[in-house]
Amino acid sequence: MGSIVAAINLRKYFPIVGGVFRRKIGDVKAVDGVTFTIKTGETFGLVGESGCGKTTLGKTLIRLLDPTSGKILFDPRGELPDNPRIGERMNDYDISSVKGKKLKNLRRYMQIVYQNPSTSLNPRMLVKDIVAEPLVVQGLARGREAEERVLQILERVGLAREHLYRYPHEFSGGQKQRIAIARALITHPKFIVLDEPTSSVDVSVRASLLDLFKELQRKMGLTYLFISHDLSMIEAISDRVAVMYLGKIVEIADPRELFNNPLHPYTQALFSAIPIPDPEAKRERIILGGEPPSPANPPSGCRFHPRCKYAREICSRQEPTLIEVKPGHYVACHLY
Amino acid sequence: MRMEEILSPDEQLRVKDLIVRFYTYEGIVKAVEKAKLNLRRGETLGIVGETGSGKSVTALTILALTPPPGRVEGGSILFRRLNGSIDDILKLSEEQLIRLRGKEISMIFQEPNAALDPLYTVGDQVAEAILSHRLPEMLDRAIKSLREDVKNGNEGFSTRLQLWAYNEMKRNPDSFKLRLVKRLPIIGKIISKKLNQVVREEIVELLRLMEIPDPERVVDSYPHELSGGMQQRIVIAIALACSPLLLLADEPTTSLDVTVQAQILDLIRRLKERFGASIIYITHDMGVIAEISDRVAVMYAGNVVEVAPVIELFKRPLHPYTKALLEAIPRPGATFKSIPGTVPNLVNPPPGCRFHPRCPYAMPKCREEVPELKRVSEEHYVACHLYGGEDRGEHSGGN
Repeated sequence: MGSIVAAINLRKYFPIVGGVFRRKIGDVKAVDGVTFTIKTGETFGLVGESGCGKTTLGKTLIRLLDPTSGKILFDPRGELPDNPRIGERMNDYDISSVKGKKLKNLRRYMQIVYQNPSTSLNPRMLVKDIVAEPLVVQGLARGREAEERVLQILERVGLAREHLYRYPHEFSGGQKQRIAIARALITHPKFIVLDEPTSSVDVSVRASLLDLFKELQRKMGLTYLFISHDLSMIEAISDRVAVMYLGKIVEIADPRELFNNPLHPYTQALFSAIPIPDPEAKRERIILGGEPPSPANPPSGCRFHPRCKYAREICSRQEPTLIEVKPGHYVACHLY
Repeated sequence: MRMEEILSPDEQLRVKDLIVRFYTYEGIVKAVEKAKLNLRRGETLGIVGETGSGKSVTALTILALTPPPGRVEGGSILFRRLNGSIDDILKLSEEQLIRLRGKEISMIFQEPNAALDPLYTVGDQVAEAILSHRLPEMLDRAIKSLREDVKNGNEGFSTRLQLWAYNEMKRNPDSFKLRLVKRLPIIGKIISKKLNQVVREEIVELLRLMEIPDPERVVDSYPHELSGGMQQRIVIAIALACSPLLLLADEPTTSLDVTVQAQILDLIRRLKERFGASIIYITHDMGVIAEISDRVAVMYAGNVVEVAPVIELFKRPLHPYTKALLEAIPRPGATFKSIPGTVPNLVNPPPGCRFHPRCPYAMPKCREEVPELKRVSEEHYVACHLYGGEDRGEHSGGN
């Protein structure tokens, strides 16, 4: 099976403006040269601390933000080759600069579920209108037919006919998130960005949402980009995981490999910081000194070198590239 | 005194049959119903529970700060004071409470951003805690430092003026003369010079203890200039400024990243040893509970359903809700287990055991009778009809 999305050297900078004339005085390098592919049908986990650019990356991939440079390849049929290089043929899939009608058509296939359903659902709209909106915007269905399809999708996410004529505030957090999921699914997309979809709900509800994601993926053939800072959840749900630090992907591997054998010093520190729900567990914790530097002015060379205990001279000079050290395990570090 | 008998010698705090209700338009929300807790000196008690389980309300009520429209409808909160006497916090006057809060019991809140005032510098906010509870100590230090100045021959008008003012302040903080002098334009400034200097030194020392880099600069910065982790360190500094006997931590790391959370947990653990405070740590994260607490109380819909030492609780959870909570932790490879149903509406809680509609082991008895917190083995208490228990009701601490 092929891939569905690929990012090639993708960058997204936000300008910092200042002075009387609002001139650009710098850039916040939220995503700074990221290359990876997401295989069709998999759950691609993306972890990192707040401010490392994971949400920006997710939004740029589905063109809610315009990339500053780099390419995004997307194939709704999910048949991109595994190692896409920018060639003649790939231009058909290049969506990094599509506009207008073409972009709107693409939106059917790429959807997003946001972190907090209380803010991503319009409090003045009925559930049936919220969920039907993508259909109306895309011109896929309207009126009775739209309502019929809304009902179908609501049942899929565990809601029922009686919920159609209610407002978002009448639901609990977990149910609201189900409405947001229904809205994302109604156009039968192929690729969904899940941006911390469970961080605003309770533990007992979280598990049922994760179950729902897995079930929908199986039944509807979805591919997920699952963004989270909850590492144990990422480990449980993902097929492959990428670790981000300050706008860069530092490591990609399958979750078991990544958790048992993290290679990048940042990944090691990050994973050692997870509280283990076992009071007798003994392990060595690597406590990172300080805080992540500002993405407006990232350190030279490897961005982690000022906090890295293995840092050598080369680390501050040269930026490491993502290399495959074991089959399927990529790391960007001069140690390997 | 009779109360002395109730609190065993190593106990710091006991919450007994606490009932808190909120009077809302939708009805009476029975937020905390007959909650029982106890805390030993120097111990960390973790309280876990979902949203609406009453854990935060319990913590606020320990400070007699039940948010309106909430009202305490019954129960007692016995607290061993600094001077050794034992008081029921719910019976103290507002004046006594002001002296208690921040000095003997203090609190760390979930959102450091909301707990700090954006209009004052970090230094001003830490100084407030120090000046309102440790003024005499600070005055003594200021006077001592001034006397040294005099010895070194630096005696001038300002030194004499400050010495007079501080002695006056010690004798009678509300003296009319002092208030008058403070209003004078330049003299008012001179008077507070040494005191401010002494307090500032104390704050810098405190911030250094919180492992804040470059504390001299941080003292003069505003909260928005600091990251979430640094802000939370400031909140902890304010809470620990007066070396409290009891520290209430209400989800202090929920809004932080894991790496910062690890730093803060590590800090709290080390500070606890240094300050010797007892801690009540509230969270919904079982991982954090496992790391930080000595004993754990599990709350569900306003009831304390299980209390046990942390290792025992994770090894041998008894209450079906505790079991479900532990199974809901995502683990790789395993299927996710969610708890069917939702947290009940506390306006109309289910009769009997409040967990019975979601409980796989529910019996007819569960619908009718509220289970009491019973002792099943040493130190392990559970409120469930599945377990017989050794003695009824009384949840007595260590002995």
